[in-house]
Parts: sequence; C-alpha cells; structure tokens
Amino acid sequence: MLVHSRKARWAVWAVFLVLFLLLFALPLLVVLGASFATHWSGVLPSGMTTANYRVATRGEALEALTTSLVTAAVASLLALTVGTWAALAGAALRKRYRRLLDALFVLPVAVPSVVVGLSVLVAFSQPPLLLNGTRWIVIVAHTVLVTAFAHQSVSAALARLDPAFEQAAASLGARPSYVLLRVRLPLLLPSLTAAAGLCLALSMGELSATMMLYPPDWTPLPVLIYAATDRGALFTGSAVAVVLMAATLLVLLAVSRVRTRASYR
Amino acid sequence: MGIRFDSVTVAYDGNVVLDSLDLTVEPGEVMALLGPSGSGKTTALRAVAGFVRPVSGRVLLGGRDVTDLPPYRRGIGMVVQSYALFPHMRVEENVAFGLRARKAPRTEIRQRVAEALEMTGMAGYARRHPRELSGGQQQRVAIARALAIRPDVLLLDEPLSALDAQLRSGMLTELARLHRELPDLSMLYVTHDQVEALTLADRIAVMDRARLQSCGTPRELYRAPADEFTASFVGNANLLPVTVGCGGVDFAGAGLKVGTGDAVAGARATLCVRPHLVGLGEGPNRLTGTVTEIQWRGATHRLYVEVDGHTLMADVRELRDPPRHGDRVHVHFAAEDAVLLPAGVAGDGS
Repeated sequence: MLVHSRKARWAVWAVFLVLFLLLFALPLLVVLGASFATHWSGVLPSGMTTANYRVATRGEALEALTTSLVTAAVASLLALTVGTWAALAGAALRKRYRRLLDALFVLPVAVPSVVVGLSVLVAFSQPPLLLNGTRWIVIVAHTVLVTAFAHQSVSAALARLDPAFEQAAASLGARPSYVLLRVRLPLLLPSLTAAAGLCLALSMGELSATMMLYPPDWTPLPVLIYAATDRGALFTGSAVAVVLMAATLLVLLAVSRVRTRASYR
Repeated sequence: MGIRFDSVTVAYDGNVVLDSLDLTVEPGEVMALLGPSGSGKTTALRAVAGFVRPVSGRVLLGGRDVTDLPPYRRGIGMVVQSYALFPHMRVEENVAFGLRARKAPRTEIRQRVAEALEMTGMAGYARRHPRELSGGQQQRVAIARALAIRPDVLLLDEPLSALDAQLRSGMLTELARLHRELPDLSMLYVTHDQVEALTLADRIAVMDRARLQSCGTPRELYRAPADEFTASFVGNANLLPVTVGCGGVDFAGAGLKVGTGDAVAGARATLCVRPHLVGLGEGPNRLTGTVTEIQWRGATHRLYVEVDGHTLMADVRELRDPPRHGDRVHVHFAAEDAVLLPAGVAGDGS
C-alpha cells in the first residue's frame, strides 16, 4: 500500500472524492438535472418537467437513436470481422511484418477523427465508390475509426493464447478452419465481446467525423444533441444526451452479460 | 506403426536445435527421449507431430514419408505438459474432439469416448469442465483425448512434469498399464526425468546439445553407458580420470584391475563406477581417502570420499556405526562393476 497512516488515507480518499465529483460525476449530474428543467438561472435548475423526455423519445430523436444503434451495430460487426481477421493473419506473420500491420491499424486512432472524416469524404465522393449522401459513408467512417480497437484487443488476446491448444487440435486431426471455429474463436470470445463493447460505445458517441459526412436521412444521436444545443435548446439537448447515455449503458450491459458467459477461467 | 528419423536436422534462424538425428522407434515400442533442456528432445517430438519442419532429413511413420504432411493429416495422438484441454468444452467434448473433426458417426463417437474415459478411469467425469478437475485428472483426460482417435503413435511431451511426486509415480504405473493394454501403440516419450525414462521405456535415447548421444535399453545404458554424459544422466556415476595400463588402469597412483577392452596402454580414459557398487572397507580395487560428507538416506548411507583430489560417492547399506567427517576409509569395487569410457570432461582432469 502506498499510504500507510490512517489520516493520510482519509486525506487521499477526500482528494479523490472531490476530483471524482468535480470531473466525472458533476457534469453528468448537471446534464441529468438540466434534462428535467425548463429554466436554470440560479444554483439549481427550476421549472421541473418531463416534457424534454417526451421530445427526446419521439419523432426525430427516436429516429436518431435508431440510426445511432444501427450504425454502431453494423460498424462494430464490420470492425470485429476485419479486426479479427487481420489479427489472425498478423499472428501468422513474422514479427517485423506484424508490427507494420499493427501500425497500419492504429493509424485511424492516431490521426484526429476529423481527418478520418475528411479522408472518407474525399475518397467516397467519386465514382465508382460513390457513397457520399448515403448512410453507408457514416457506417464506413465509424468502421474505420473503431477497427483499430477491435484489432488491438484481439491481437493482444491472440498473443496470450497458448499455441498448445491449436497444436493439440491439429494433432487430433482438425483442419485449420475447424480449429479456428471450434477452438481459437471460442477461446477468443471474451476478448471479442470486450472489443465489441468498446466499438459500440465509441461509435455511439462519435461526432466529429460524423458531422462531416451524415446525410439528412441518417442523423445519429450525437449530431442531434449538437444541433439542439447549437440552436439554444439546451434542456431538450440534455434529455437527448441522457437517452444516449442510457442507451449506450444498456448496450454495454448486454454485451458484458454475454462476456461473463463466455469467460471460462 | 513405427517412427523413423532419417538424418533429421531442425534449425531456427540458422541455429541448429536438432542435428541429423537418426533413430527408429519400433511398432509397439516405448522410446524415451531423455536429456536436459535444450538437448533437442522436444524438437524431435515436434518434428514427428509436424509442428516444426526439418531443414533436411525425413520423418517416416510406418514407412511413409510424412515430412511434408500437415499435422492434422498425420494421425498421431499427442499429450503435452500443459495438457491443453479445451477450457470451453466438457470432458466428453474434449475427448470427442478428434473424432468430430474427422466426422466420425455419432454412435461411434459415443462408444469411443466412453471407451477412452473408461480406460483412463475418468468415466465418472464426462460432464465436468476441465477447470473442475485436478491436475492428475486433467492429465488422464488429455490421454483419453489422444487415445480416442486410436492413433498408431502417441507422443508425450513431459506429460508428468506438472504433477507432484506422488501423483507422478501413480501416473507412471497407469501409463505402463495403458501400454500393456495397447501393445501395438508406439510411444515417443520426452522427459528430462531419468526415473520416468527408466521406469517406462523399452529403450532410451539420450540427447545432449542437439545430438543423440546414445540409445539402448535402460539396463544397457545403466550398466554399460557408452559415454560420460549418458553415465551421468542415466543414474548416478563416479567418473574417474584414469590412464590405461597393462591389464588395468592407473588412478591417483593406484593400479586398478579392470577390463580395458581394446584401449591402448598409456591412453587417457574415464572409469565409471555406480555409487551403489562401491563398497566400504577392504576388497579388490581398494582406494583410500578422506570422508568429506556423509548423508543418511534411510536404507542407505551415502559417503563422499576424497581420493587424491577426486570425490567418490559410495552408497552403502545403512551403517550402525558410520564413519565421521574427516575419517580415513577404504573403498573398493569389483572389476566387473567398472566400465571404461573414452576420456571426456573427467578424463581431461578438469
């Protein structure tokens, strides 16, 4: 233990609590408070109402929530597929080439997401791959952004996976495809679900690249929040933000339940 | 089905880890590959399994060249130190794995799984997961899984080294029983433990520094080792640097009457005498030295006797009145209990 004396420990806890409250809890609580308010001129919000939530769970907002969920689901699925595939291929490469592959996949995280958005916009605004103006350009951008996390998580898990499993399976007469489906992927399942959760959460909250790309009929929830606050509808925006938060947490909860069932040791 | 290594050389990045191994395992034979770590024994086993590719030479299974076959087409069973049981499958699914991969009919799978679990004494654990089993039980499941595909060759890579001493000796008996029940199964058993090799193997191949040092039945290797390494790795040995004389050898100024074979008089050599064949007191080939250490081992006493700067070990029946540290004692051994070896490290006097 870093701190021994009881007094010092209390002091550390107090500092932690203040920092935690100020930096993490308070902003979220403010949003939660604002989502139920009609005015906020004093210390606390006033004019409590649930009207904001009526707006936030209907019509445009509901549509945006669906858009966000579908985008996140499709992008995460694509990212997991591509990331896992690349990680599996990378595991069979020599170290030097594997590093190169890793670097390539980390690139979209290393560059600002605005740059990723712009490059996707430029790349897919010309035939033959004319995706600009369709929902697919948003999904592609999200996929590019979250694949890095899927790839990293799966390749880290692969590095930890004892090659003896694969070899035992092969010695028993299982072809590589059978080994992949019945041994390697099931053993990677905990990492795959962890990666899925991360991808979903990141995609649900993505704004900067999305802003440059979204077509009018495919507005994800973060864009709607931004638009609402931009035009001064702060309280409605807060309600929509709480809905986004709740939806994301629910999705993560569902994924973590799958994850608990998938971990064997 | 027999296994043949035909000048098999394996190298990683130009680093030779197995140097032109020539070895034949007869059908139904248990061959132990015995050696310290880095001796190339596991590499030899992996070459049979197909996990490493020789840079030269061939591996033959039942006379068929399998050097270029992928592991899954070799039809061998394998048990490794970590067992490598699939944690997401129940015991019965683990055992059925090889049969399912080969698309065996369901009724056959059920029957063979039951048979393999019965044979390894794990029939009552079919529905358990590997994590719910002890190390010894996991080991049995790993063996059952390898046997379920009815392989002609079973490869065992340090299968007992993760078990404690008591379990290990029990598993050794079990493996010996399995071998009696499956007389046609050839086994290649990699170990660094001489007791496992001596107990289980029909023949032992002693390996050191990527090379095969010697090969023979446990008794042959123990009684008449061909070189110093084998003498010291298979059982304990006193290795004395000697000079060959007429009708005997000279050691530390004393003439010892031992068979010299075709060794040339005047040549340096190493005399190997097992500690339990060294007696205390007067006798033929007597040497006199000082006791430097004495250990009580229950049924025996082990004496370390220094003779002219060389320490001799003698395992004698428990003594009622053992000598003390610093006492001068005589030790002796019979001529037929000594083996003359080509000079090695001990013969160089270092």
